Amino acid sequence: MSDPSPVLSIENLSIGLPALADRQHAIKNLSLDIRAGETLCVVGESGSGKSMTAMAAIGLLPPSVTVLAGSIKLGGLDLLSLDEEGWCDVRGRDVGMVFQEPMTSLNPVMRVADQIAETFQAHRLLSQADRHRRTIELLTEVNLPNPELIARAYPHELSGGQRQRVMIAMALALEPKLLIADEPTTALDVTTQAQVLKLIDNLRRKKGTAVLFITHDFGVVAEIADRVAVLQHGELVEQGTVDEVLKNPQHPYTKRLLAAVPSLTPPPAKELQREPITLKVDALTKTYGGRGFFRRSREVQAADAVSFDIRRGETLGLVGESGSGKSTVGRCVLRLIEPDGGKIEIGDLMFSSLSQADMRPHRRKIQMVFQDPFASLNPRRKVGYIIAEGPITQGVDPEQAFKEAHALLERVGLPAQAAERYPHEFSGGQRQRIGIARALAMKPDVLVADEAVSALDVSVQAEILKLIRELQKEFGLSILFITHDLRVAAQICDRVAVMQKGRIVEMAETAQLFADPRDAYTRQLLAAVPGKTRILEGVQDR
Amino acid sequence: MLRLIISRLVSLAITLLFVSLAIFLILEVLPGDPAAIMLGTAAREDTLAALRQEMGLDQPALIRYLEWVGGILYGDLGTSITYKMPVSTLVAERMNVTLPLSLLAILISTVLALPLGVAAAARRDGPVDRAVLVFSQLGVAVPNFWIGLLFILFFSTWLGWFPAGGFPGWGNGIGPALQALLLPALALALPQAAVLTRVTRSATLEVIGADFVRTARAKGVDRRSTLRRHVVPNALIPVTTILGLQLSFFFGGAILVENVFNLPGLGRLAYQALSQRDLVVIKDIVLIFSGLVIVVNFLVDIGYTILDPRLRSRT
Repeated sequence: MSDPSPVLSIENLSIGLPALADRQHAIKNLSLDIRAGETLCVVGESGSGKSMTAMAAIGLLPPSVTVLAGSIKLGGLDLLSLDEEGWCDVRGRDVGMVFQEPMTSLNPVMRVADQIAETFQAHRLLSQADRHRRTIELLTEVNLPNPELIARAYPHELSGGQRQRVMIAMALALEPKLLIADEPTTALDVTTQAQVLKLIDNLRRKKGTAVLFITHDFGVVAEIADRVAVLQHGELVEQGTVDEVLKNPQHPYTKRLLAAVPSLTPPPAKELQREPITLKVDALTKTYGGRGFFRRSREVQAADAVSFDIRRGETLGLVGESGSGKSTVGRCVLRLIEPDGGKIEIGDLMFSSLSQADMRPHRRKIQMVFQDPFASLNPRRKVGYIIAEGPITQGVDPEQAFKEAHALLERVGLPAQAAERYPHEFSGGQRQRIGIARALAMKPDVLVADEAVSALDVSVQAEILKLIRELQKEFGLSILFITHDLRVAAQICDRVAVMQKGRIVEMAETAQLFADPRDAYTRQLLAAVPGKTRILEGVQDR
Repeated sequence: MLRLIISRLVSLAITLLFVSLAIFLILEVLPGDPAAIMLGTAAREDTLAALRQEMGLDQPALIRYLEWVGGILYGDLGTSITYKMPVSTLVAERMNVTLPLSLLAILISTVLALPLGVAAAARRDGPVDRAVLVFSQLGVAVPNFWIGLLFILFFSTWLGWFPAGGFPGWGNGIGPALQALLLPALALALPQAAVLTRVTRSATLEVIGADFVRTARAKGVDRRSTLRRHVVPNALIPVTTILGLQLSFFFGGAILVENVFNLPGLGRLAYQALSQRDLVVIKDIVLIFSGLVIVVNFLVDIGYTILDPRLRSRT
């Protein structure tokens, strides 16, 4: 930080939202500086305006929003005075950007090499041969194995982590002064996330790039930030070095956000030994593919002899990275997909051997809460109907069912009048409450929650977790809690099963698993949790 | 890729076999005497018997089917009862009109629709977009034979630029033949072009909003190049689906348009064969139209895998 003048300096920036939005400003009076070789994390929940800040700095704001006041300067250059041609010159050359979704951020019908080389082409740099040479160099630099092969590949042939490395290679191709990373690791598994964070950090150090890092995750902040800026409703509420903000937050909003980050230290265990076993799964097996003539080579063992049981009032966590088979197990237990083998017992009932017709009256015993609160509720039905539909199909008198739906809505923290409204009128957290009410309407013995809080902001997440805990106590629910987030698992699960490639590699009481992981893979997962040490300190004294 | 082509060819052959079976069953095996149908109710018993024998109706159905399909494999489509000549000769003559007509219409439709659709999407709500929407609304609403009649009235009767109908044959040079085909091809193409324009517009709009387009812009690629290199290649994938579905309309639509323009094509032959109840010809023409549609769909499938690398690795 020898160079005193900032690479990027945003001064009193205000960005206006379209007339019908729920507030006037996307960003209000925002001032930020980033120096060469420095990483500034902009943190906030959804709708805080953090992505808008990033898009303003690269001139890609959606046409419906307008910059009302302020300035954005890159070195000495006033970015807001640029015309389209000027922006094309700056983008890629002076400012590189990495986006959140590695699966959709690369052109699916264009080879990786061509997409990277396009950056040089757009700025009329290098000869054809040199572009290819640099492309291979860049792919090597972001630690991709076999760069020649990856250069020839199409995006769909790469994993999420590999694609994100390609994105980074592309953003850094022209060695820009500023790298903007908008939630670049949010869609990645923890172990991949750790690697990508390290890569960005190393490249920053090597090249002295200024990094504007957008994230909602304080764990990530702890790993990568030099300084932190906290945004709430488009306004900067706090700014400081990472240690200041994480250890000694000043603004109440920052304090609240930090307190909502689930701790890796589990709460004291419940006494469950005397409770009866409600769900017993024995040697559950499911294989995908491999049915047709040519497909044998593509068989995937999504669940391989998975066995566990859950007592009344107990929560078993099923954790693992994407593709580990945890969702398959969840769906098989409900028989939403049919397992290839194994037994599922709910209480005394052999659930797995029932025919479809015989199963129907028993369906209510096991219910599911889904991940996506936006997609899992029928948009054309009123909330009351969504909740009452299950009991009505099970033969409950409709009037009674609607009455119970109202009561349930109040129980999950929504007004009873919510029954008369449509799902799109609710926020993500509220919809997840509706999803829970819908599941509970069936008076189930077992609840399967598949990433039920993963799409929510931390503060909302904390509330939903609290609600689930209360409801479990009240209704004596057995819960199978599927999550990729070890922090969440630590807070809500009594026991945790770690899945890898369709198998449970370790299962233990939560406190024991976190304190003394036996399996190498569990240790690897735990080590990859971002901000382990720093965040823990901050949370101790809440 | 080769394996894909082979497997698609096999399924193409199987589909054709089923189609021929269905046509045969419907026309010859279902209750009703084909000879009686062809001659009408006033026919005399001995004429009927003679026709039955001529058509081979005294043979068992299986034999007749095998003879028909076997004959097709050798290029023998049977003999038309009304024209008293081999159907293969009839069809070959008419094909010289229908195939160029359909291909020309397909060409006009795509050449019109793709640039219009992309241009409309590129400047959404701009003047081009509005004009394109009006054009496509009209095109969808107006049937092709009506467009054909209007064209004849305007370009032939009033302006005298094109012949009002008929076909001079390819023997008199390509120029007059194309001149005779242009109006009917336009009439055939416009409604389909209207649909295709809309599809192209919405496919393009969808791709313009995609994350990878934003990525390209963030690299410093200008608007025009982004459109050319990223948007259009991706938008072509859904457009190809619709184009594939439309191709059968081009062949089917030829029946109407050929009659309006009095063109001696396959469609007109089908119409005449129908009104004269010439079952031999009808059977063959239905099979040929189905065959054309199936073959075209095969080509569309192959086109897909060229456009979309994700499909290539899945096979």
